[in-house]
Amino acid sequence: MKFNHVVGLLCAAAVSVALAGQACAQDKTVKIGAVFPLSGNAASAGNHAKAALEVAMDIINNAHPELGNFPLAKNAGLAGLGGAKVEVVFADNQGSPATGQNQALRLITEEKVAALTGAYQSGITLTASAIAEKYGIPFLTGESVAANLTERGFKWFFRTTPIATDFVNVYHDFLTDMKAAGAKTDNVALVHDNTEYGTSVANTLATGFKGKGQPIALDIAYPSNATDLQSQVLQLKEKKPDVVIMISYTSDAILFAKTSQAQDYKPPMIIADDSGYSDPSFIKSVGKISQGVFNRSSWSIGPAGSPTAIIAKLYKEKTGDEMDDTAGREMQGFFVLVDAIDRAGSSDPAKIQAALKATDLRPEQLMMGYKGVKFDDKGQNILASAVIIQLQDGENYVAVWPKANADKAPIVPYKGW
Amino acid sequence: MSFVIVQVIVGGLLLGAVYALFSSGLTLVWGMMNVVNFAHGDFVMLGMYVAYLVYSLLGAGPLIGAPLAMLVLATLGVVVYFSLIRDIMKGPMLAQILGTFGLALLLRYSVFWWFGANFLSLPENLVGGTLDLFGIRIQASRLLAGAVALVVTLGLHLLLTRTSLGSKMLAVAEDSTAAQLMGIRPDSMQAVAWAIAAGATGLAGALIATFFYIVPTVGETLAIVAFVTVSLGGFGSVPGALVAGLLIGVIESLSGYLIGAIYQDIVVYSLFLGFLWFRPQGLMGNS
Repeated sequence: MKFNHVVGLLCAAAVSVALAGQACAQDKTVKIGAVFPLSGNAASAGNHAKAALEVAMDIINNAHPELGNFPLAKNAGLAGLGGAKVEVVFADNQGSPATGQNQALRLITEEKVAALTGAYQSGITLTASAIAEKYGIPFLTGESVAANLTERGFKWFFRTTPIATDFVNVYHDFLTDMKAAGAKTDNVALVHDNTEYGTSVANTLATGFKGKGQPIALDIAYPSNATDLQSQVLQLKEKKPDVVIMISYTSDAILFAKTSQAQDYKPPMIIADDSGYSDPSFIKSVGKISQGVFNRSSWSIGPAGSPTAIIAKLYKEKTGDEMDDTAGREMQGFFVLVDAIDRAGSSDPAKIQAALKATDLRPEQLMMGYKGVKFDDKGQNILASAVIIQLQDGENYVAVWPKANADKAPIVPYKGW
Repeated sequence: MSFVIVQVIVGGLLLGAVYALFSSGLTLVWGMMNVVNFAHGDFVMLGMYVAYLVYSLLGAGPLIGAPLAMLVLATLGVVVYFSLIRDIMKGPMLAQILGTFGLALLLRYSVFWWFGANFLSLPENLVGGTLDLFGIRIQASRLLAGAVALVVTLGLHLLLTRTSLGSKMLAVAEDSTAAQLMGIRPDSMQAVAWAIAAGATGLAGALIATFFYIVPTVGETLAIVAFVTVSLGGFGSVPGALVAGLLIGVIESLSGYLIGAIYQDIVVYSLFLGFLWFRPQGLMGNS
């Protein structure tokens, strides 16, 4: 009797699996894997990324005529694949490069995804994309900035975001303009954590600034997720640099702001390298004691009724938070990936790869303020760019540089609280 | 230069007192019942969220938040003892590790689900801002946490060494069968120990929340320090945790300032391992 039950259950299971398989084939969905830190210390950023991709999925899978000619918005599903829907399979990297790698492997071999995106932390994008490369699956990162990611000779890796070498120019040009306007910008200090992101961006900035004849005066590295940042702040307070460039994830960025206030430390100018300082929960927690911090961004909400304003509204309805640069770059990367799948007219990885290589998007087809999207042989978007924004009132960033894109003039010195 | 060094040392002492504060509960549970509580960091985290709720709902500071966090966590400690610890104590060491680790994940992800992954923070001036003593800056919130650390350590030490409740708890820790023959109920003594340990941890969390960020995973960041503090001080020794906490705080701050923050963990952990090489039972532990 018992044995019969087991056999019966097995049969039922087999039949339902077969049926489910058929149902999938009829529905026609394209599966895309997304590896993000949904738990662990960067979970705040990871969950905002997830929300951003879900908004993008809504725009792609449903008709959104109000977005005008924004790619993929007008009709429901992918026109190039007979109206097929896009399904994102999210995986949690838990903030660990090893877990990220395992999840990429699982998404490719078990979930059979056509392409991958992610993984927020550069150190995890590094390991996860190596798996994609091995299996010949396209991996597009919209947000990881460590320079070496596109220096590995990979054939299946693509990146839409501006990277550390671009920031060298942005920061240096910005500081040159500020100096011309009378600010002191000679002594530049770098403060960064010891992660892949922190060290590689710091190295690229140090090399870049040196090449421009302005060597970095002070380089302070600290262990990520620190329990205390007092000694770092005291070092800065003693050395008195004119400009502090902060390269930190959210947890340390918050602690740095709190510790600076406790030690009454206000450098004349702080430039944050995106990341933690763009996290909406950073602004809510310590925005009021970080007034006047500069940050880089490629996001601008645009005039009411514009596609960017509508996307920002959809995002705010979903999360309750304002759209930030990091979520925006992730979303933009995802749109570029899906656009390539649409043009490929297939979920075959090789055809998607070919379509990605042929990508040529113009600024008006983008939600981010890039000059376009066009990949070089290494998979890096050569038209990526960024502007400088400032947290003037402690609540909202406004664009302040370059002048052509600025909503307000930059304010120095750093106000703090 | 020397002036900054004074500031670094003062900061290190305050940091160390905080380390001691959130380590006392861990060392107590170990000393009382040989259980390593891997959910300890998440008890601290819960204490922080209680303080946050008290602030956001009532607008009140740690004066209400800290005692309430202590009560809530003490209650949770008793519940955890009867529903989980009592049973896994009978099993092998592995059962304790997995059991308390599972509890840690349960607590962490329940908070995740309820509050979301966003970083939260209490206003900086909730505990009187920052004092300026001849140019040495002392955060009132850290000073309060440091003072409470001293009181808690002293209180727990007196409780264990000078009261009949303490003697009973120690008797159960030493030999629970013999204690039972003397008319002491091991179950209630151990439940009391869990209540005290969890309560002290909750108190610590509520005070740390006044100067640290609050996030469901914050327990991970803090728990490592707690384990190092407790093993340096000697597992089970409450005064040991205080001395160890202060030592680690000062060494961390000084090495972070003098050699560089990136090397401070190397300095702390090499000294730590070197010390355990000569004295594996820790500063004040029983061999």
